[in-house]
Amino acid sequence: MLEKALTGTKKYYGWMTALLAVIGVGFACYLWQFSFGLGITGMSRDVSWGFYIAQFTFLVGVAASAVMVVLPYYLHNYKAFGRITILGEFLAVASVTMCILFIFVDLGQPTRVVNVLLHPTPNSILFWDMIVLNGYLLLNIVIGWKVLEAERNNVAPAGWLKPLIYLSIPWAVSIHTVTAYLYCGLPGRGFWLTAILAPRFLSSAFAAGPAFLILLCMIVRKLSKFDPGKEQIQSLAKVVAYAITVNVFFFLCEVFVVFYSNIPEHMDHLKYLFVGLHGHGVLVPWMWTSMILMVVSIILLVNPVTRKNETVLVVACITVFVGTWIDKGLGMISGGFVPNPLHHVNEYVPTLPEILIAIAIWAIGFLVLTALFKIAVTIKEEVAGLA
Amino acid sequence: MKSSRRRFLKIAGISALGLGAKPVLDVLASSSETAAPKTTKGDNVLSAKRWGMVIDTRKLQSEEDLEPMIEICDKIHNIPKFENKNHEIKWLWAEEFKHEFPMQEPDFLDDRLKHMSFLTLCNHCEKPPCVRVCPTKATFKREDGIVLMDFHRCIGCRFCMAACPYGSRSFNFRDPRPFIKETDPNFPTRTKGVVEKCNFCAERLAVGKIPACVEVSKGALTFGDLDDPESEVRKVLRSNYTIRRKPALGTGPSVFYIV
Repeated sequence: MLEKALTGTKKYYGWMTALLAVIGVGFACYLWQFSFGLGITGMSRDVSWGFYIAQFTFLVGVAASAVMVVLPYYLHNYKAFGRITILGEFLAVASVTMCILFIFVDLGQPTRVVNVLLHPTPNSILFWDMIVLNGYLLLNIVIGWKVLEAERNNVAPAGWLKPLIYLSIPWAVSIHTVTAYLYCGLPGRGFWLTAILAPRFLSSAFAAGPAFLILLCMIVRKLSKFDPGKEQIQSLAKVVAYAITVNVFFFLCEVFVVFYSNIPEHMDHLKYLFVGLHGHGVLVPWMWTSMILMVVSIILLVNPVTRKNETVLVVACITVFVGTWIDKGLGMISGGFVPNPLHHVNEYVPTLPEILIAIAIWAIGFLVLTALFKIAVTIKEEVAGLA
Repeated sequence: MKSSRRRFLKIAGISALGLGAKPVLDVLASSSETAAPKTTKGDNVLSAKRWGMVIDTRKLQSEEDLEPMIEICDKIHNIPKFENKNHEIKWLWAEEFKHEFPMQEPDFLDDRLKHMSFLTLCNHCEKPPCVRVCPTKATFKREDGIVLMDFHRCIGCRFCMAACPYGSRSFNFRDPRPFIKETDPNFPTRTKGVVEKCNFCAERLAVGKIPACVEVSKGALTFGDLDDPESEVRKVLRSNYTIRRKPALGTGPSVFYIV
């Protein structure tokens, strides 16, 4: 089936070449980082994780969201999603690939990465994160590939796939839970030290991921003869509507606990993000933008009239995606490090090479995603006799 | 033909899996099978059950009083000096009360105490969060309570820096060697991409010397075994009221302050 990714229209080749160019620029920056050290980034002694780890966190969510198409189809026998499970699974593959790359470029000594295997340490959450991420990647590659192959050959998927598919459902939840545990189990980091961090991560994931999938479905419909379907898109839109609402609700729970309890160590981070602290507040406009986007998206998605209008739905999905990206991809990590444990306020802003490396990893993700979607869509066209 | 190729791939796949899993299984299996390398303790090594330190801040009134300690520490541990504050490496340094003991600053604190410099270093916690999170055991707690770094094992993930509630850890954002004033051959220099911090002068204890900062402190710093009721530190702790940094977090710092 891989050969399907190698042939395509001029547009397809053009897009892939453009992605490769972006990857090339980022790779050059990475070589610089590799020889100089992480000093070329904006990270510091106080904000020791930055843009890379934030992207990783956000993308784990996008990856986990595949469960939102897999679960209704396989557990509730919601047939309509059978058409698009493969798209969800391949989106997960591309996202986890990006996650692993973001972790990798964040390492100070990348050549020693195997030490995590050579000296396995079960008390470290990072050890478990490695297991769940790689496991999830493998599960989605195997399941996606074998189910698609069966569809192509017009046979039922192999019986041994069923347990793997059922396993992939809790596994999806686990990847984002474990990722939240990286942060929420640390003493002295008041911003993350909250039991609702994992639920918050999951809710924003189940909003951002399906929103992105809706956009992808619409692109697929436009560029190919395969139509993911109106019903499918509308069902996904309902998932996004619930998830983004729950996400904002969880956030407000956090705000209540933090400010009603009036504990400074917990308040200061939220203050830093939303009103600034001791005259520092680079993220303030971003965080408010994120909040406004999320609220607007709730209005557009909960209201059936706007949700059912596909043009408005596109706007709503972009709003959800950007809103949750700012929340997690910008605020969530820096916010936990500022102020630092000694209560100094040292801000973090990513540098240009750091951003270029991050964009390159996104481009790798899109490259993988495009290739996989190309394969899936071509086969769907073939099966439907449209090719 | 096809089936034999398939069989070959199967066998190759399984053996690759086995090779990859071996180190993992080795660790899970009992370690007694492999003979541990023989180590012997030196004759004059200083040992304890749990090393600890008491800092008598009454004897360290000004920044100048702290300088000799910080200077000697920087010197013997090959700590670089960077222009860029983001890249800073700190093992032993000075902080004001509100930063040293955040949220513990009493209202109406005397101006002198408010602006006094307090010695800041790794607390060598009884239950160190940094050790808990390290994915490679590159940072570990020794049997004498000292939390150490293996600079050769550290992958530079900086999880320990996120976990430390005292900001005691530094990361080598670039090669530190060109920024070391005068390299001391008795202590390793570090490479870029690894984390480091105060080691309670483990290298000096091994040859019978107390930590350098304690040695030059003119009695302001007391170092000894917290587990031994007869030790000097325990005597000082008995006869003075001391505070520790963020005791509510349950980390059990081994550094005490007389204020």
